[in-house]
Amino acid sequence: MSKLWKIILYIGLSLIIIGAFVWAPLEPKILKEYTRIFYFHVPVAWICVLFFLIAAYYSFQFLRTKDLLYDAYAKISNELGILFAILATVTGSIWAKVTWGSFWNWDPRETSIFILLLIYGAYFSLRSAVEQEDRRARLAAVYSLLAFVTVPFFVFVVPRIYFSLHPDPVINTQGKIHLELRQRVVFFSSLIFHTVLYLWLFQMRKTQVKLQMILRLYKENKMLEE
Amino acid sequence: MKQIWLIFLKDIQQEFKTRYAINAIMLFAIVTLSAVSFSIGAYTATTRVLAALFWIILFFSSMSGLSHIFIREEETQTADTLKLVARPSSIYLGKFFFNLILLILLEVILIPLFIAIMNFKVVSFQIFLLTMFIGNFGLAGGGTMVAAIISKASTKGALFTVLSFPILLPVLISGISATRKAAESVKLMDAQNELQALLAYGVIIIVASILLFDFVWNE
Repeated sequence: MSKLWKIILYIGLSLIIIGAFVWAPLEPKILKEYTRIFYFHVPVAWICVLFFLIAAYYSFQFLRTKDLLYDAYAKISNELGILFAILATVTGSIWAKVTWGSFWNWDPRETSIFILLLIYGAYFSLRSAVEQEDRRARLAAVYSLLAFVTVPFFVFVVPRIYFSLHPDPVINTQGKIHLELRQRVVFFSSLIFHTVLYLWLFQMRKTQVKLQMILRLYKENKMLEE
Repeated sequence: MKQIWLIFLKDIQQEFKTRYAINAIMLFAIVTLSAVSFSIGAYTATTRVLAALFWIILFFSSMSGLSHIFIREEETQTADTLKLVARPSSIYLGKFFFNLILLILLEVILIPLFIAIMNFKVVSFQIFLLTMFIGNFGLAGGGTMVAAIISKASTKGALFTVLSFPILLPVLISGISATRKAAESVKLMDAQNELQALLAYGVIIIVASILLFDFVWNE
């Protein structure tokens, strides 16, 4: 099953790379050659938010059931989230350099991704500071949820206070997307395949963590028998 | 309600015996203020810079004192007794009100000093004091909750600032913006967005903390 997904992903992502660089037309006025990074930056940023939501969900599940497996899921979700947050920051930064002239200028979106990175960093430093396993899981889950309730402020409030440079030429305020047909095909398939990539990565890590737990339980039981 | 009041009184009394938190927080504020003042010198900074400096001093001085309230319970090993006698939500609220008073005391000292030393001209005291008042709720609410988390961890000092910063950043951002407006315009409506944001943040963080505090406190 996982092998089939791997093949689908391999073909799909290759097609998207070809599509983004060769097939899709460029936006002629402002972005020109820089249109291409759009097909990768937006999906990566979307996945990083997705991982953050999933981590909050599993943290909530952990507090409800006290099952350490959920804590492990929240942890791997945050681990993968930090990877994608870095990718989104780097691609966004490159894009900002070529269109706005500087790598970093505290645009509200840049601020929010930076906060996301800070939260991830704080989450892992909290985990490393607590030794007892169940206590660590509890504190990390509480922190994850506490951070989760502050995120709406960065999404809705900060852009109202600070002026944004983020692209309205492509995605305007009404949420409509002005794209040509071929751009649209590449963009949405890129979004879909990145989501599949996300599901595949997460599923793989979940299985790994589950196996680790079973193995540990087995070892503990064996030691008890001896 | 009575429990909240009793815990609050107990903390005040304990604080009067040692005066640890109040000393730490006040001296930290004065030291940072003089450091900032020395390094700026005679040069008069713009209101934008001054508003940011004010909130940085306020934030880091509160970081030096707010965590003490829960760490003290762990260090003197009174946390378990407290667990037996009071409900978690009233413990949180009692500690929250203590931290709120601590912050207000800090501001009573810091605001006149800052205005005098840094030559910060406040046009609208209405906006300024309202920002401080509402902002305190957010700072104390978030700070108390992170302090509770920290008190269970093995390294306490530096971790508190690291964990609080992302949580409290909305207060800092809206606070700086509102303070700048207090120095620029007289109309209360100009700072409406920021004050609304601060109020909403305070309410949300306190409600979320009361709901989550149970999981931190009871093992």
